[in-house]
Amino acid sequence: MDWQFLGFSLLKIVCVIGPLLGMVAYSVMLERKLSAAIQDRIGPNRVGLWGMAQPLADGIKSFLKEDFTPSYVRKIYFWLAPAITLIPAFLTFAVIPFGNMLGQQKMVIADLNVGVLYTFGIVSLGVYGIVLAGYASNSKYSFLGGIRSSAQMISYEIAMGMSVIPIFMLAGSLNLSKVISFQAEHGWLIVYCPVSFVIFLVSAFAETNRLPFDMPESETELVGGYHTEYSSMKFALFFMGEYANMIAASAMMVTLFLGGWTIPFFHPQDVNSIGIGFLYIGAFLLKMLIFMVFFIWIRWMLPRFRYDQLMDLGWKKFLPVALANIFLYAVILWIRAR
Amino acid sequence: MIVPRKELSFWERMYLPTIWSGFKVTARHFVGKKVTMQYPEEKWTVPPGYRGAPYLVKDQEGRTKCVSCQLCEFVCPPKAIRITPPGPAAVAETGNVEKGPKEFDINMLRCIFCGYCQEVCPEEAIFLKQDYSLTGTNRKEMIFNKEKLLALGGTHQDGIQKWKNK
Amino acid sequence: MSATTTTDQKPAAPAVETITIKVDGKSIVVPKTTPDPITGKPVPTTMIQACAQINVDVPHYCYHPKLPVAGNCRMCLVEFGTPAMGPDRKPVMNEDGTPKIAKSPRPAIACATPISPGMEIYTNTAGVLDMRKGVLEFLLINHPLDCPICDQAGECKLQEYSVEHGQSTSRFVEEKVHKPKQVDLGPRIVLDDERCILCSRCVRFSKDIVGDDALGFVNRGSYNTLAAYPGKPFDNNYTLNTVDLCPVGALTSKDFRFQMRVWFLKETKSLCTSCGTGCNTVIGSREEKMLRYEPRQNDAVNSTWMCDYGRLNYKWINREDRLIRVLKKTSTGHETSNWNTAVKEISETLAKAPAGSVALIGSARQTNEELFLLSRLAKKFAAMTDSVPRTGSSDKLLLSADRNPNSTGAKLTGISPAEMGSNIPKIAAGISAGTIKTLIVFGEDVTKVGISAELLGRLQNLIVSDVLPNKTTALATWVLPGCAHVEKRGTFTNIKGRVQKFMKALEPRDDARPEWEFLHELVYNVTGQNGFVSMEGLFNEMTRSVPGFEGLIWSGLGDGGANAKI
Repeated sequence: MDWQFLGFSLLKIVCVIGPLLGMVAYSVMLERKLSAAIQDRIGPNRVGLWGMAQPLADGIKSFLKEDFTPSYVRKIYFWLAPAITLIPAFLTFAVIPFGNMLGQQKMVIADLNVGVLYTFGIVSLGVYGIVLAGYASNSKYSFLGGIRSSAQMISYEIAMGMSVIPIFMLAGSLNLSKVISFQAEHGWLIVYCPVSFVIFLVSAFAETNRLPFDMPESETELVGGYHTEYSSMKFALFFMGEYANMIAASAMMVTLFLGGWTIPFFHPQDVNSIGIGFLYIGAFLLKMLIFMVFFIWIRWMLPRFRYDQLMDLGWKKFLPVALANIFLYAVILWIRAR
Repeated sequence: MIVPRKELSFWERMYLPTIWSGFKVTARHFVGKKVTMQYPEEKWTVPPGYRGAPYLVKDQEGRTKCVSCQLCEFVCPPKAIRITPPGPAAVAETGNVEKGPKEFDINMLRCIFCGYCQEVCPEEAIFLKQDYSLTGTNRKEMIFNKEKLLALGGTHQDGIQKWKNK
Repeated sequence: MSATTTTDQKPAAPAVETITIKVDGKSIVVPKTTPDPITGKPVPTTMIQACAQINVDVPHYCYHPKLPVAGNCRMCLVEFGTPAMGPDRKPVMNEDGTPKIAKSPRPAIACATPISPGMEIYTNTAGVLDMRKGVLEFLLINHPLDCPICDQAGECKLQEYSVEHGQSTSRFVEEKVHKPKQVDLGPRIVLDDERCILCSRCVRFSKDIVGDDALGFVNRGSYNTLAAYPGKPFDNNYTLNTVDLCPVGALTSKDFRFQMRVWFLKETKSLCTSCGTGCNTVIGSREEKMLRYEPRQNDAVNSTWMCDYGRLNYKWINREDRLIRVLKKTSTGHETSNWNTAVKEISETLAKAPAGSVALIGSARQTNEELFLLSRLAKKFAAMTDSVPRTGSSDKLLLSADRNPNSTGAKLTGISPAEMGSNIPKIAAGISAGTIKTLIVFGEDVTKVGISAELLGRLQNLIVSDVLPNKTTALATWVLPGCAHVEKRGTFTNIKGRVQKFMKALEPRDDARPEWEFLHELVYNVTGQNGFVSMEGLFNEMTRSVPGFEGLIWSGLGDGGANAKI
């Protein structure tokens, strides 16, 4: 057993999960502020300086609210569902390289060779939480939300998976660190695979249940969908799960398409210095922030899709396009290899 | 009736122009002037004719204008008003004022601020003032009695002096 | 119930002479004469009586069917026509053979104009409506706009007719004549002279019905003012009827003054319980509080009047110290019990009691049905029964010397002997001799009529039901809280044998229950006979069992009652 490896890994886990929880809280804050600005409002500004302590207040409120379990629910699943929603969102970060090197440590928790497969596997677990919540609530709205969610997740998972195949064909590895080194060397993959990027981006919206694809929630028709019956901290877990998923999806997109932690046209000599290491982490976070703002902005910009449009887009448009995309890159690579 | 669904053009089916216009609208508002009012510090200017909480008023000589006719109690849709008539015993301090309410309670929790009481009042003794923020810590506190209503209502200046020549 | 347009037409002697006339084009047959309300002698039928017969409403202020005609308000002006006579003193005919009607050039007051054969009355022509508008404008010249203060508002004829026939604005710009306000006319009446429209109903009532010529008009023209004789208060036993009679708010009751606006009152048909006359009344109540009595017309009993004594005798109903809990005697005093326990334990006690050991004192203030149930109990034990007589002075109009509302019922059901109160000394003797061990008392304080507290103390069981606490309830083994008549239904039989029913106006307070409700349970438990769970069934059973009530049924009593055989 390599104690040093274990120690550093634990340290990295703590250093990732801790700030991640904070980011979840402040992405809610960001969402509230952005939506307020778009709607000509100011947004939360009472708690702390410029309302910066609002997430803290929200958290306290969530804890203090009555945790109500309706009598008709299936208790075990009802309690399990929020945890199952939140945990996979955090697990995704295990394989994402959020920086280059800090000292002698690679800034990734687990540098797996099958990183992206792991990600997709974990992400597909997330749907269980929602489906379980819908089923356990024993309420028609929740049930419809759960059903919608499962169908939506499966549909877009396929398109999403297909869309990234050209990237790995180009990079030649499923290891995300390798993908980033490829981008550091050749430039961002968004330039090489724009079609993949668009499909992945839209699918990411569907996977995270964000507007315009928030069919499982759709508060106007399903009164909150799968989390209708939830209250207090259990509801807050769903809420946190949604934002954690958004952050995870942003991180994935940054890694796959925007060169991860790399900074374009910036090739320092002393790559292993602490300062440069933090700079790269900062670059990663900045890129993620751009995606988060994008995610949030879209929500306040577009109306919800109809369910048939959603299915139509996933199966009839993205899947064939993704397949054709793979074929195209295969042909290109085949020609180049000759 | 069947409304034929409009055939979408290629660009429309691409969603992109719509997304762009959506972005333009949201971006314009993002930088635009904010309309939020910082409530407890900033107060809204109540427009004339606003129907706030109903209060009783006094006449020029500081007497309760209400004569306890109970029409407001009768007309009140949510039954928020409750008047106790004076009964036969004459009260010395009212002078030549023949009748006035012994008790006059308005349950502000029930009141729907419809203004019927003001409209029906033959003595112009009750007015919907401009108070819109009524708060209390319990239900009993929100039942305003005669003294409170009169203090909040103040004096109403008008030309008629009902009791002068009686 | 101030004014009513029903004419006083008793089923007259054979061969009533009739006249055929037309009212608003409708042909009707009217008796030629009608008895005078005061003397009873036949006098010619008037237009307003003929109109009332077919429910054509002619607005009026001074006219009242029970008062002499004055004809001074001019509100009932109508147009009419009579068959035209030719020079040969024969009716002129139209071409189609109908008699030609010569329309009178002048209107007539419907209250004082006798009808004649073939007469046609028009009550809603443009001219009539115009005249009403004019009369109202005159009446309102000096009438103050006091409606928000005035107690009459809501049942004011001036308000009603102004809405119906008057004009919405006043053309009168001059100063109104100011007359005395809040005049203390007598111990029960306040007069506001500005509101008076000088209809003289109160004057005629006092003079002709009561015979106390206390009111009159002084001054002339616009200053004409109603006043009582100087130095003599308006104080007879019927003064409050003038408040009902007054079509406006000039005369108001001191008792009801500023108590409640009349439109909030729930009106319940009831009876006055203050004497044996049994005047028909309407109870005005709001939110389980009784506020006033008003007389209700019943020509067989009280015409449209009631006396002040009865009218004001309701305060005890609203008293705070009413009995509202079932009480059981313990060594230290009374403890609160409940009806289930009480009925069960009393039933068991009574079921064990041997015949002759029980005596029963009912009350002539109880309903026929309750007395009947008590008589069933008494029969089981061969119990000695009685009730307590109450007397006072009578007058010639309504007030009876018998101040119990149901003495006749007590006698008919056998609770009271022929001479009420004659059994009470025997019961007292029985208790002191020790033969009577159980005494059932309903609604009476027997310590006042010869059964002393010391005697009551010797009893094994003293079962008392009452409405208000007294010395007897203080000594009772069981106290069963009963209901005032306003809180239950039932019937009384008045001194003339008229069985009349009254309705429930208020809910019983707390644990109090109508006596017949628990009595029927006791009767069933003790005697095994059906006690009847509904008032209707109980009444009908009573009329089958008690000879005096034979032939009566609950639904047949109606509002006016029916006569028992006495």
